[in-house]
Amino acid sequence: MTIEDYQGIFTFAQQVRGELTPVSLELIGKARDLAQISDTEVGVILAGNNVAHLVKDLIAYGADRVILIEDAVLDEYRTEPYTQAVTAVIEAYKPEIMLFGATAIGRDLAPRVAGRLHTGLTADCTSLEIDPENNQFRMTRPAFGGNLMATIICPDHYPAMATVRPGVMVKELRDDSRKGEIVRFDYQFEENQNYFEVEEVIKKITQKIDIQDAKVLVAGGRGVGGEAGFELLQGLADALGGEIASSRAAVDAGWQPKERQVGQTGKTVRPSLYFACGISGAIQHLAGMEESDYIVAIDKNPDAPIFNVADLGIVGDLHRIVPLLTERILAERAG
Amino acid sequence: MKIIVCIKQVPDTTEVRLDPKTGTLIREGVPSIMNPDDKAGLEAALRLKDEYGAHVSVITMGPYQAKAVLREAFAMGADAAYLVTDRAFAASDTWATSSILAGAISKLEYDLIITGRQAIDGDTAQVGPEIAEHLGIPNVSYAEELHLEGDEIVVKRQFEDYSHLVRAKLPALITAMGELNTPRYMTPGGIFDAFRAKEIVEWNRVDVPVDDGDIGYRGSPTRVVKSFPKTVKVPGMKIEEGVEESAEFILDKLKEKYLL
Repeated sequence: MTIEDYQGIFTFAQQVRGELTPVSLELIGKARDLAQISDTEVGVILAGNNVAHLVKDLIAYGADRVILIEDAVLDEYRTEPYTQAVTAVIEAYKPEIMLFGATAIGRDLAPRVAGRLHTGLTADCTSLEIDPENNQFRMTRPAFGGNLMATIICPDHYPAMATVRPGVMVKELRDDSRKGEIVRFDYQFEENQNYFEVEEVIKKITQKIDIQDAKVLVAGGRGVGGEAGFELLQGLADALGGEIASSRAAVDAGWQPKERQVGQTGKTVRPSLYFACGISGAIQHLAGMEESDYIVAIDKNPDAPIFNVADLGIVGDLHRIVPLLTERILAERAG
Repeated sequence: MKIIVCIKQVPDTTEVRLDPKTGTLIREGVPSIMNPDDKAGLEAALRLKDEYGAHVSVITMGPYQAKAVLREAFAMGADAAYLVTDRAFAASDTWATSSILAGAISKLEYDLIITGRQAIDGDTAQVGPEIAEHLGIPNVSYAEELHLEGDEIVVKRQFEDYSHLVRAKLPALITAMGELNTPRYMTPGGIFDAFRAKEIVEWNRVDVPVDDGDIGYRGSPTRVVKSFPKTVKVPGMKIEEGVEESAEFILDKLKEKYLL
């Protein structure tokens, strides 16, 4: 087989209990860019149980073709049946590139598929490009705790596979007039020694929030000092219609849940407005938020690295500035 | 019950600093440590040993310096340690690394293999599942709790906003998260064992059953073509004024940028 035998940019549409994970649409958006450069099609693999209702969304967001596998064994995510399904589609359609979200599912599924197909896999990419000169697919990812970026190619194995960090790629605007093809893929699942049972689904009791969806984030770090300090930030977040986010230090201290953590080991966010309060700006935090449109930093330490990425840096005491600012914003809004 | 834990020696990336002038990594003086998720995996294995009785082996691939983490594992309570080392293994990507480790592990008996979820220098989280694929056993990733029931392992497997309670037949591979536990300290007796009583077994290329086409640079499907420091954003303005002025200033800027 040569490269000419492999065509199309394919993505895995992750869904959890019938609901698409946002990164699935981001991947299609990126795949459209890539497909335009190499003049090929965007294929989307949708696997699950009773998930056909999602096909129209995938097409509206840019899929040329949706390959649908439905089976009861795909009800809850399990590594082996999903690996079988995705591997079978790749073997049948031979895409040149295959993208997954770098989620708790994608980062489990993709290495299993790559292992089975004997191909390369690049983890947690933040940039994907095709060089128009030589059609080379270049995947760029942070390494070394976000200190270093590496660009990686997969020259002789197909498809080149990548997991892509959620929140980094941009989905297309929804267009319900777009046309796409739906293919029902028949696959006979065979239970083997790799199967395991999911005995229970345990929902987290904390209120479900996704800081990646928020337009405004008010983030706090060690300098916030504790839960009382975070109440001040909550006041500002409420006044701005935003959500609370957190540095790793504040999560480690137990002041905020892990779901709100921004950074290399947390989430990547790019809101319109990001307030960094009492966050010194460790590289691993900056890796998760520096793409925000407008960054305001408030910290006592004038040499804090956060000021290197802030559009507006305020050297001062957040415990006094934040309440006053909140008051002014509320007054402004009132009238 | 035989447990194999895969561990890796990594630079402590939280200690890595960038040279402000050149923008390059300052690697000097950065301590080498046992990768934190791997250490949680080793602790999980040692707790299973404490509770049910088990033989715990640790294995690492790396240069001779990596013996340090094997000795640390001995000192924590591991029973056997294997260093997989050869110049032929250098420059391996995750495919090649997992092929080599799977080859080495296939020489040992095991009921359970534990790897860390991911290493802090590479952050790929791929080697564990790929080892399982090469060995033809199930893998359960992102373990936050686990226990044994007969010949099965029950794992609380983490996702972003929910978890699964998974029951898998042994042999199986699980990938451990730091959240799993707080690793124990080395014991004085353990430290004695680590340097006197216990021997690290060294395996070279000839000792590992794996194809030449699956190892090292040649056996790696992926290639790093370029690495570079992150582009530095140009700082905006910074002010140091009173509380009133600061609040006013922010308010004005937010209005100017239509963010209110």
